[in-house]
Amino acid sequence: MWPKRMTTVTDTDQTPETFAPFEPFLAGARAVAPLMLGVIPFGIVAGVGAAGVGLPALQAFAPSFVIFAGAAQLAMMDLLGRGAPALVITLTALIINLRMAMYSASLAPHFRGLPLGWKAALSYFLTDQAYAVSIIRYQRPMALGEKAFYYAGAGMSLWAVWQASTLAGVTVGARVPPGWSLDFAVPLMFLALLIPAVKDRASGAAALCAGLAAVLLAGLPYNIGMVAASLIGIIVGSLWGWRKK
Amino acid sequence: MTDAYWIWGLLLAVGLGTFLIRFSFIYLFGRVNFPPAVMHMLQYIPPAVLSALVWPALVLSKGQIAVDPGSHRLWAGLVASFVAWRTRSILLTLVAGMSALWIFQWLWG
Repeated sequence: MWPKRMTTVTDTDQTPETFAPFEPFLAGARAVAPLMLGVIPFGIVAGVGAAGVGLPALQAFAPSFVIFAGAAQLAMMDLLGRGAPALVITLTALIINLRMAMYSASLAPHFRGLPLGWKAALSYFLTDQAYAVSIIRYQRPMALGEKAFYYAGAGMSLWAVWQASTLAGVTVGARVPPGWSLDFAVPLMFLALLIPAVKDRASGAAALCAGLAAVLLAGLPYNIGMVAASLIGIIVGSLWGWRKK
Repeated sequence: MTDAYWIWGLLLAVGLGTFLIRFSFIYLFGRVNFPPAVMHMLQYIPPAVLSALVWPALVLSKGQIAVDPGSHRLWAGLVASFVAWRTRSILLTLVAGMSALWIFQWLWG
């Protein structure tokens, strides 16, 4: 399945580089491994929630691979259980997933030059976690192919663990004791990645404003607060950085 | 509501819409020329979105702002921030943050 060596062209200069694709793939998988601690209980909760709505097992599990977005899946099942109209459910789920447009924009320059099929396949695996570990790793120089495989390693291992844990929730109805607070692993990981993302005053201002705004706007429905807060942070950081140029 | 076909339509619509959101800029980049201001803004996406994901998880408790001695997640988050800053390691940050949270919960319920 794995070609031993691959040749790609870096996105900075046009010198062909060779590398073993398995190495960046494994590095990406290793980078997200600790956070399975938070993903597994989240997946089980999503699976149990879907089964609890009264859907047959296949329909309860299908969102995990058709949609593959935890927060949206949870919200959809909650709305289904309360008998909301299909249009409302669809719009709610898509608004919750709008934040991924920001990840798409942020990753786009790094995936430039990949074949269209690769871009589409990698897009399917885009999650908060795969985005976060990849974009921080890309701060250091990397060839185009290495970037793609690193992201694929992170995204695909998250995908596999998400399928397994939601399936466990749907079929076994497994429980995670809430006292363990395993859900806290997810923000801790974003915290670990936030520190290296703050490189100067402009990025610090972006982080500070986005964080404060996210707290103040958290009451807004459909995760709109998080998207609005991020946009505020991006604009403040950009203006700060622009002024200094 | 069991076994309703419209559920499949709903899942496919959300799945397709979600994919298009994910694919959007990755597809457009290189095909459309974005103005320099937009290109400049891209570098501030990581600190902004990561911060917007972290802060509410540390500061909010049941939807309310809670900064007091009982805010275990906030204090555990500060311990984790220090470890993240010193080590730059996701694994050590997770170990420190989770251990701190469990210790705080055990000591002060």
